[in-house]
Amino acid sequence: MLKLERISKTFNPGTVNEKRALHELSLHVRDGDFVSIIGANGAGKSTLFNAIAGSFYTDSGRITLGGTDMTLQPEYVRAKVIGRLFQDPMRGTAPGMTIEENLALAAGRGGWLSRITRADVKLFREKLAPLGMGLEDRMQQPVGLLSGGQRQALALMMATINAPRLLLLDEHTAALDPATAEKVLALTRQIVEENRLTCLMVTHNMQSALELGNRTLMMDRGRVIFDAEGEERARLTVPDLLVLFREAAGRSLDNDRMMLSE
Amino acid sequence: MLSILQTALELGLISSLTVLALFLSYTMLGVCDLSTDGCFTLGAVVGAVVAIAGHPWLSLPAAMCAGVLSGFITALLQTKLGIDSLLAGIIVNTGLYSINIAVMGGASLLNMNRTATVFTKLKALLAGTALSGQYKLGAALAAVILAVAFLTVFLRTRLGLAIHATGDNPDMVRSSSINPAFTTIVGLCISNSLTALSGCLLAQSQKSVNIDIGSGMVTIALASLLIGRAFAPKGGVPRRAVGAVLGAVVFRLVYAAALRFNMPAFMLKLVSSVIVIIAIAGPYLKNRYPELHRRLSHARAKGGEGRA
Repeated sequence: MLKLERISKTFNPGTVNEKRALHELSLHVRDGDFVSIIGANGAGKSTLFNAIAGSFYTDSGRITLGGTDMTLQPEYVRAKVIGRLFQDPMRGTAPGMTIEENLALAAGRGGWLSRITRADVKLFREKLAPLGMGLEDRMQQPVGLLSGGQRQALALMMATINAPRLLLLDEHTAALDPATAEKVLALTRQIVEENRLTCLMVTHNMQSALELGNRTLMMDRGRVIFDAEGEERARLTVPDLLVLFREAAGRSLDNDRMMLSE
Repeated sequence: MLSILQTALELGLISSLTVLALFLSYTMLGVCDLSTDGCFTLGAVVGAVVAIAGHPWLSLPAAMCAGVLSGFITALLQTKLGIDSLLAGIIVNTGLYSINIAVMGGASLLNMNRTATVFTKLKALLAGTALSGQYKLGAALAAVILAVAFLTVFLRTRLGLAIHATGDNPDMVRSSSINPAFTTIVGLCISNSLTALSGCLLAQSQKSVNIDIGSGMVTIALASLLIGRAFAPKGGVPRRAVGAVLGAVVFRLVYAAALRFNMPAFMLKLVSSVIVIIAIAGPYLKNRYPELHRRLSHARAKGGEGRA
């Protein structure tokens, strides 16, 4: 399904701030995989998502999705098949526009000059009702009036209203209170299962990294350093992950120390 | 007195087309289009030249096409060539000065005293009817109603919504598989066509055009837009668009009243600048007032301690 072949990305090349954010990273995600990704800050998780979604082009390597080479496709073209949620609930929705207008843009039905039809409104209401947030009765209100949790739930609806081939979740519950986070996560799981979406999820929560989905990756310094699924993953516990995590973090600390002492 | 009122109303309606253009580019698209002055003059000179050539009706679409072209170039600079949106407007505005003089054949003034314009045509059409004295007002009103109706319908379409969203959250536009560069280009083409139409109508109504006809238009229109916001702060597009038109008319009426009380005419631009400053800085300072108040009382309390 999603194939990354030796993709690299270096920020600020040739300057003192040079940072190799992705280092010849290769990854093959199969159809229907739900992959959780963990790693320390700066490990390259968000950069990986940006590379897949097309927020920038990689320096080298190839990205294919469902057989289509997207390496040099711009972000808005890839968005037809990739849905994405960010940590910041504000990024997925337009605050000055109504819930209905936000959903209409995300649904993208009809031509440029088409208008929101009754059938559209009916569909949006049906999509919003199961959230249990009463949003279906506030269709004409600007999204800016919603709470962070409501906005994130709406953003999730918008990202999946036309079932994407790939869903990218970038710590999408990290900015929510625990109860709301749980609700949005349950909703995510439900939508992913119903539509059998292929999904990549970045999380800092080791527990949900092991519970959700069928595969867990750990990243460090722009590489995938650990990739577990099936029985190997079933045996993993949070303490195991923490040990791996510390090892990775410790090694990079050692490297820093070496550089400093030289 | 009545004629002053009528002139103010006519001027207000004609310039409200520029205000509607800014409603689209500034309020919806989130771009402060500083090419407005030059584009207004472009519409005026293109319209005048076409009318002088003997095609008064054709002058309107001709001016609008010129506006589309100008908006297209402004948009191209900011979306495809990495030029900051404010700078893109300033650059195009400067370039248009030369182009406008070139369109006028090297002159900086054109006279249309004996030229058939849309207004003289309309005057002839309405001769003998009850509306014969109000032909200018009628023409301006018709153009404004058409523009408001167009914006109302257009901003509800998918393209219109996408233009609105581009000003609101371009990330969200991209994730809806729409290229924000495209929506910016379309939005600026449409807004500049309205600006040019506005210039074209003003030139024909005053039967002359000079190279300075558009100077300061962007501030005047912005002032009107912000006054209009006071009438319709919230609500749908038709309401806010009508608010913008009202803002333009009120601005002209207040200005006419000020002239009546012997304010010199050259003060127009200073007044519009001050209105824009008040309209933008006012809400900002109002939000900061609690903080300022607290700082003051804090300082006072500290001073008291010092004395004790």
